[in-house]
Amino acid sequence: MLADKDRIFTNLYGLDDWGLDGARRRGDWDGTKALMEKGADWIINEMKASGLRGRGGAGFPAGVKWSFMPKESKDGRPNYLVINADEGEPGTCKDREIMRFDPHKLVEGALLASFAMNAHACYIYIRGEFYREAENLQGAIDQAYAAGLIGPNACGTGYAFDLYLHRGAGAYICGEETALIESLEGKKGQPRLKPPFPAGSGLYGCPTTVNNVETIAVTPSILRRGATWFTSFGRPNNTGTKLFCISGHVNEPCTVEESMSIPLKELIEKHAGGVRGGWDNLLAVIPGGSSVPVLPKSICDTALMDFDALKEQRSGLGTAAVIVMDKSTDIVRAIARLSKFYKHESCGQCTPCREGTGWMWRVMERLVTGDARIEEIDLLLEVTTEVEGHTICALGDAAAWPIQGLIRHFRGEIENRIKRRQGVAA
Amino acid sequence: MSAEPQTFAFSAENKAKADAIIAKYPAGRQRSAVIPLLDLAQRQNGGWLPRAAIAHVAEMLELAEIRVWEVATFYTMFNLEPVGRTCIEVCTTTPCWLRGSDAIVAALEDEVGVHLGETTSDGAITLREVECLGACVHAPMFQIGDDYFEDLTAEDVRAIVADIKAGRSPKPGSRIGRPGAAPASGPKVLTGKKA
Repeated sequence: MLADKDRIFTNLYGLDDWGLDGARRRGDWDGTKALMEKGADWIINEMKASGLRGRGGAGFPAGVKWSFMPKESKDGRPNYLVINADEGEPGTCKDREIMRFDPHKLVEGALLASFAMNAHACYIYIRGEFYREAENLQGAIDQAYAAGLIGPNACGTGYAFDLYLHRGAGAYICGEETALIESLEGKKGQPRLKPPFPAGSGLYGCPTTVNNVETIAVTPSILRRGATWFTSFGRPNNTGTKLFCISGHVNEPCTVEESMSIPLKELIEKHAGGVRGGWDNLLAVIPGGSSVPVLPKSICDTALMDFDALKEQRSGLGTAAVIVMDKSTDIVRAIARLSKFYKHESCGQCTPCREGTGWMWRVMERLVTGDARIEEIDLLLEVTTEVEGHTICALGDAAAWPIQGLIRHFRGEIENRIKRRQGVAA
Repeated sequence: MSAEPQTFAFSAENKAKADAIIAKYPAGRQRSAVIPLLDLAQRQNGGWLPRAAIAHVAEMLELAEIRVWEVATFYTMFNLEPVGRTCIEVCTTTPCWLRGSDAIVAALEDEVGVHLGETTSDGAITLREVECLGACVHAPMFQIGDDYFEDLTAEDVRAIVADIKAGRSPKPGSRIGRPGAAPASGPKVLTGKKA
């Protein structure tokens, strides 16, 4: 188990004061000026050396992403950092805990990351439903301004930095970075075609980096403790500590910070009180939020919780949201409910997604009752591949993958249902 | 419930709030304030956005009304018709469903006396199904206004609805009183630290 001294989010459960006094006691805002005085290049190099991969799901190396930003403006356009706090991937509820209980980690990280990318303004886009979380986060921002930690002379460095909180209004798609930018500009949250990538033309047509809350919030700790400390956790290319949200059929659902690459079984048994009814009562786990393919127990027995290990199992770490399902679960219905989610959340811009998510959901609903023909399983699988990779953003992929995972691992269950139904009908 | 009003204008207090919101964005980028201003208008107007409010926001931000209308129709938190004085929004996405959201919905419908998507005839309570609210380790859960109610049982639902009917404010957060997203039996980590 990760030692408490190596935890970044030491107020994860809100037992201590979330405000500036509590944050300072926990080591936040300690020597921030000295970190900035080491320079932007030092920060980016340290982040690269830490191996931190983006915590929003895609897992792109954060330091590398930051290095794509223009170091200085040649045409007068400012650089922006935008923080994605539109947490809404089913199973995922980690950024919420950061924002309500450890918001200063995010505020300090926003300053350091913005400074490294020569951004003098940063917007945090938080989902509208997180009203209380937004209250605490705005409280932390106000405290940081009042203490001179951010503002015209951030931490006494002479660097001007403004941080703004922007609330959304209910749309999963705004978690996609270009949809988020559209929404922040006051439009419908419909993703943009890439290129141009945000680092070239993002918010207001200016160079922009969009990072997840957790990515930014761990930055100050990495810079303070050093890249070597961070890389001492997890496997190569999958370094660091990570917040895991364990939901579903476990005895004690919880969110916990652990070492990357921890075995899935250990994570569930040590922190979440084990699977309801014991490990042998496990049916399947969705290891990284609703978008990633489900894994049957046989794979869960030995799976490691990191980007590369789960990719090898044809699933993914995603947001590290572990959704556990025991043997009482109607697995077809569990996935069909996700299909309904994606149908609801499709922005409607691309035909394969707009039409495909509804079509796939309707077929999934029939598979739940077995009111289908066996051949339709392969037809459904084929349609998922017609949606996947044929849309502007990854929502089409996200709608396809859970169904592909279901058919890959539970085809027998689907077939049995159809046969039973046909038997009843005959 | 109120009929479609012909006019809408921000109160003096909300006008000041609106101006502060607009100032968050660069000059000429006031369109960014559309969502926050619609939210402000909806709060002022008892939880829904009449056409006149949309027109007012459009005028303030120097936008064509359709640009504001298309935003209001895109985002699920904007109500384009009147809703109950209390709106209960229950999550039924897979993580909540696994933890028994069907029973939560059944208790709500039974206790309130309307189905999901409906409002009681006295305009007191609207029930609504929503997609994942991002509190999955606290499943099952629902939202009322700005607050989350978590770790719910059918009994909790009955108590909460009774509170609302009696004009009391039910206590938000985890119904089992656990700190944050710690395990129900108490934190297994961070125990050495001063609480």
